[in-house]
Amino acid sequence: MAEVKEKEPLFSKKNKRLITDPLNDNNPVTIQVLGICSALAVTVQLDNAIVMSIAVMAVLVIGNVVVSLLRSFIPPRIRIIVQLVIVASLVIIVDIVLKAFVYDVSKQLSVFVGLIITNCIIMGRLEAFAMGNKPWASALDGVGNGLGYGFVLIVVAICKELFGSGSLTIPGFDKFQFIAEGSGYLHNGLMLLPPSSLVLVAVYIWIQKTRNKKLIEEH
Amino acid sequence: MAINKESNSYTIMFAVAMVVVVGGLLAFTYESFKDVIKSNQENEKKQNILQAIGIAETGGKDFDRTAAQEVFYKYVTRRITLSYEGQILSDLPADSIINASNKLDAFNIDLRKEYKLYGKKVIKNNKGSKEKLAAGLAAEDRIHYPLFVCEKGDSTFYVVSAVGTGLWDDVWGYIGINSNCQTISGSVFDHKAETPGLGSKVTEDWFQKQFVGKRIMAEDGETRLKLEVRKPGNELNIHQVDGISGATFTGAGVAEMLERSFVVYQDFFDNNPEFKK
Repeated sequence: MAEVKEKEPLFSKKNKRLITDPLNDNNPVTIQVLGICSALAVTVQLDNAIVMSIAVMAVLVIGNVVVSLLRSFIPPRIRIIVQLVIVASLVIIVDIVLKAFVYDVSKQLSVFVGLIITNCIIMGRLEAFAMGNKPWASALDGVGNGLGYGFVLIVVAICKELFGSGSLTIPGFDKFQFIAEGSGYLHNGLMLLPPSSLVLVAVYIWIQKTRNKKLIEEH
Repeated sequence: MAINKESNSYTIMFAVAMVVVVGGLLAFTYESFKDVIKSNQENEKKQNILQAIGIAETGGKDFDRTAAQEVFYKYVTRRITLSYEGQILSDLPADSIINASNKLDAFNIDLRKEYKLYGKKVIKNNKGSKEKLAAGLAAEDRIHYPLFVCEKGDSTFYVVSAVGTGLWDDVWGYIGINSNCQTISGSVFDHKAETPGLGSKVTEDWFQKQFVGKRIMAEDGETRLKLEVRKPGNELNIHQVDGISGATFTGAGVAEMLERSFVVYQDFFDNNPEFKK
């Protein structure tokens, strides 16, 4: 009596974990410490961080799906090159789209859009996940890791912009100036420089590990 | 028949097919968005020219770039293209709409391209001698010098442009000159790939605003002054501005390009006194 294999629902428990895991237990930035470079560089203003997160997520999801679809055709010997070409072309497309529709943001992100190619999260997910999983699972994995990356980026950007220049810029809206220059709070210039992100990411990891004891490594 | 994915022929076939598909896709994307990107860049150029004469409505990040289109014709009354010796090659009034096919229109001159193709070579071959550099640039007639005459209220401004080399790649800028041809009314700088956080600060307000009111001509109206980008922290005189800490080469590039281009415009103003008011 052969049991009919039940089709896995789109959002099965396993698939949900693909999205929730990277947000906390397996965050690409704070736990795997990947993609730190862009987390340090594009967090001076909130709108840059948001656009960067969306761009990385788009590249990650599409890249994951494409690689996953091709996974049985990709010659193993040149698989890294193939992945690189896929990511590079996606990044160029993202760059063209940004230049066409959000010109100012693309000018501010300048070289960092191109550097999405070197974001370790992307190549890491393509090689570790998409090469061995089905397209739908790979897409979810891309969304999850994109969110995990974006969440850290946005938290860091909010702290940096608020304390560094007393404002928050949200794409599509005006700049909200919360603390005006000369109102008693002196804007912290260090917050606008890349090193402050290291401190903030470290504080983030500290808080995360205090709340989530299983992340603490045993020695 | 199972395909042997390890074989050389399969690998090469795959690579070739991938390159064709990816190349086609990229070309298609670029072609579809080319016009939008180009109009963005043109509007940015208009915005920069207007900013150099301090048109407030085009300043700041919140300004709608597309509005630069109309405002541009309101303020820019003449578009002049000069040769190195100050010969007028093209002179267009405000009511002549910019047409991309008119290569001599001051607005259509691609300074960065001319600099890259011809200017750099001349500068490299004539290093160290000002006279030789001047002779070299004068002989190179493929480089043009745009000059925008702007009217704002009752006063006239001249916007000139300059291209040079920073630390990594091109830097360029638009500089507004008051109608007496002696002081600077405003400046806008941009760069291709200066270090973020260091050289890239040429685009910031504090750096650009420093140029306002600086003199390119002494008060006697005869002695020319050279705009200098100094090491920060020094006392500044009427033709010097503070450089950016950690971006010595970017600052030097800005100073060099201003010096090189201003020679042309100052010669032109001297030979055409009707421009001095």
